[in-house]
Amino acid sequence: MSARDDILARIHAANTGIAAPPVPRDYRRTGTHAPGDAELLELFTDRLVDYKATVVPCTPATLAATLADICRDWTVVVPAGSASSVPGAVVDDGLSYAQLDALDAVLTGCAAACAETGTIALDAGPDQGRRAVTLIPDRHICVVRADQVVHTVPELLARLDPTRPLTFISGPSATSDIELHRVEGVHGPRTLIVVLVTLSGGLRRRA
Amino acid sequence: MRVALFVTCLADAMFPDVGRATVAVLERLGVEVVFPPGQTCCGQMHVNTGYQRQAAKLVRNHVDVFEPYDYVVAPSGSCVGSVRHQHAMVARNAGDAGLADRAQSVATRTYELSEFLIDVLGVEDVGAAYPHRVTYHPTCHSLRMLRVGDKPLRLLRHVRGLDLVELPDADQCCGFGGTFAVKNADTSTAMLADKMRSVLSTRAEAVCAGDSSCLMHIGGGLSRLRTGVRPIHLAEILASTGSAG
Amino acid sequence: MSQTFLGMPHAPAGVGHLHGDRPFPDAARDALANTQLRRNLGHATATIRAKRASVVGELDDWEELRLAGEALKAYTMAHLDRLLPQLEAAVTARGGVVHWARDATEANQIVVDLVRATGTDEVVKVKSMATAEIGLNEALAAAGIAAVETDLAELIVQLGHDEPSHILVPAIHRNRAEIREIFLREMPGVDPELTDEPRRLAMAARAHLRAKFLTTKVAISGANFGIAETGTITVVESEGNGRMCLTLPDTLITVMGIEKVVPTWTDLEVFLQLLPRSSTGERMNPYTSTWTGVTPGDGPQTFHLVLVDNGRTAVLADPAGRSALHCIRCSACLNVCPVYERAGGHAYGSVYPGPIGAVLTPQLTGAATSLPYASSLCGACFDACPVRIDIPSMLVHLRSTQPHPATERAAFEAVAWTMASAGRFRLGERLLRLGRLIARRGRIRRLPPPLSAWTDTRDLPAPPQQTFRDWWSAR
Repeated sequence: MSARDDILARIHAANTGIAAPPVPRDYRRTGTHAPGDAELLELFTDRLVDYKATVVPCTPATLAATLADICRDWTVVVPAGSASSVPGAVVDDGLSYAQLDALDAVLTGCAAACAETGTIALDAGPDQGRRAVTLIPDRHICVVRADQVVHTVPELLARLDPTRPLTFISGPSATSDIELHRVEGVHGPRTLIVVLVTLSGGLRRRA
Repeated sequence: MRVALFVTCLADAMFPDVGRATVAVLERLGVEVVFPPGQTCCGQMHVNTGYQRQAAKLVRNHVDVFEPYDYVVAPSGSCVGSVRHQHAMVARNAGDAGLADRAQSVATRTYELSEFLIDVLGVEDVGAAYPHRVTYHPTCHSLRMLRVGDKPLRLLRHVRGLDLVELPDADQCCGFGGTFAVKNADTSTAMLADKMRSVLSTRAEAVCAGDSSCLMHIGGGLSRLRTGVRPIHLAEILASTGSAG
Repeated sequence: MSQTFLGMPHAPAGVGHLHGDRPFPDAARDALANTQLRRNLGHATATIRAKRASVVGELDDWEELRLAGEALKAYTMAHLDRLLPQLEAAVTARGGVVHWARDATEANQIVVDLVRATGTDEVVKVKSMATAEIGLNEALAAAGIAAVETDLAELIVQLGHDEPSHILVPAIHRNRAEIREIFLREMPGVDPELTDEPRRLAMAARAHLRAKFLTTKVAISGANFGIAETGTITVVESEGNGRMCLTLPDTLITVMGIEKVVPTWTDLEVFLQLLPRSSTGERMNPYTSTWTGVTPGDGPQTFHLVLVDNGRTAVLADPAGRSALHCIRCSACLNVCPVYERAGGHAYGSVYPGPIGAVLTPQLTGAATSLPYASSLCGACFDACPVRIDIPSMLVHLRSTQPHPATERAAFEAVAWTMASAGRFRLGERLLRLGRLIARRGRIRRLPPPLSAWTDTRDLPAPPQQTFRDWWSAR
């Protein structure tokens, strides 16, 4: 008997006479705020700042200038399908890991974001690129559109396609392994800058 | 109202004052107390040490003795916890489904003292006076098995003259745990040391709890260190009406 | 239990890290004597308890999430023989290869063969309880393959030639000064001016591992969740070492216990809320990676999933113990456990310490052990468990399955016999009154073994002149 058949037979025997009750879903599945709502963006910003990310608000009209200003001293890589860019940016056309390691920052969009937890989800879409690009450079500048921000974790997962490679990011890399004290910045990007694009503006920059 | 007192084997044999105090409080509130003499022990120590088969006969005795009563009251969160959460299981595991049903029925009529006073009698002020500085340790089984919440504290706050001081890290176990105190004596002693440090930091004259077993443990440590802080059961404070004690 | 559930093999002895070699009370005694260890543990567990309480308090649907998590796990276990093949089919359809291992030995052999086939002699590893459980690092070393642990705490443990002592924070028993010493002693090329500031220590680890991440061809990981519906594997982490291992190498080998399966993608919404808040006390951990088979042009182009039993089906076969498999390895029960806080993780002799270890380890191994007694049954673990595993009740159940010392059994038989009748109990109380003879000023200060374990540190009150029932009959 193969290991597979053996294990499945054991499970089958162990489960004889076992029935599971239905799963109660009384937890919150949708938030109290619609995606992109002003209060939701405040919450999202609070959560990001709490985990030591920097939040820079802007409007579609000021986006390009805002990004150029943030990145002015850095060499930046952008995914091949990126909607945003900055002057002098390198486009990822299959750079080696060593080449990515030599760059200062990566600029991407995102697939969706969750306010309650301050989480940004990347799905390797055209404006986010392959996972290595958002991992190796030391700084990550991520453009989030207001309408991409949902309130709760269930709403976030509902927006994502699980068959794509996904990365959920909540603040910069961190560890709590030394005396349970949180230290930001270990192996992943040590700096996370979220550029939050709203139609009306009105948010303030926070770090 | 007629109530059967389940005094618990520990209080019966070692801390009769706790039983007498429970009777005094209930009678003061106009309750008729009876003591079914066939009672012995709920069997918790056997169950918790791994002797469920042996505990089954204790469960059977307990159910036989208390089945006729509408209300059963005990001055112990731990023993009531055993009646409520273990008796039916022990009976079922012993293959006696009928006993399990009867045990479940007795369990629904069994109350820890503070639960009975507040939930059944609807009384918070039992007319007690105890002019001393006291800190309260919420024993684990009262807190997490029975979920008595702040009921003992509500009763204590109505005791005249009582200076109730908050115990730091109150919800931490004192380290008793039945045979745990002997089988893992070193860990138990380390837990007790921290509990005693908390008690002593309150500068209370007495440490109060709703379980004689935990009080025997904390009191045993306080006595060994000659701290002068005395253990006192909740029932004893609620029974007290003067300055004695 | 082993006699009750014949045909369900347990985790074998002699391989992996489940079978401790000392009884818990003995190992705990040593830990208790180490005041530095007790300080480190007390500080760390108090810190994490406060963080957890704060973020759990933010959610007004926490209890509803726990109930959903509990029910989802029960559902998963009841349908495991359907969900695992579903997971296998989905992973395979997306270009992954699925392997099945009955036990630790078989799992180790599969992984060793897979690594050998790549021609490499060094792999990077993400922290994984499953690979620690089966002793994979030792198996790889025996095959001449070096496994580099990349999680900071695992690195501290590996460099310190030490054993992990906590599920989430394996080096919780070490403080910053000790970590600095280990790095200075063991980390090649470390800055000799290294201080014990946590940030500086973390940066030393970053520098140490960077080159390895960028050049190593094979990575090994565990899995927090494997989604049957889609074949999606999930790793939850903080430092980014996970992302490095899951993204950069050519080959990824994931070792997953069969109980880690989750029915649907939607179900993940429950566990992604329960796990981070319960484990590190964060609203969400910094990084979560999910992948489904192989994605052309992105990440490892070869993916192997090794599904491991190693005693899990034996646990499943005990109706009163099977919910130990619901554990999502958050370690909240460790952090609230007064016994863990004093005795530390090593005393449990298993990669699974604390309350969950005390119920999971004996069931996986099927061996006689003192672990189910390593608890005062205070119940704090149940309240903290995000999937509501009733650990105290399970401890009580497991105690009834353990062999008992003959003298203890005789004593408990005798007491039960006495207590089963009020007449005999009354006689017993009279005998107990003899205890007054050895009391001084109302206190008994010394009893013979085994009760000396009580009187070594605690007095016992002298039995009273009159029992309650005597008073009652006389009144």
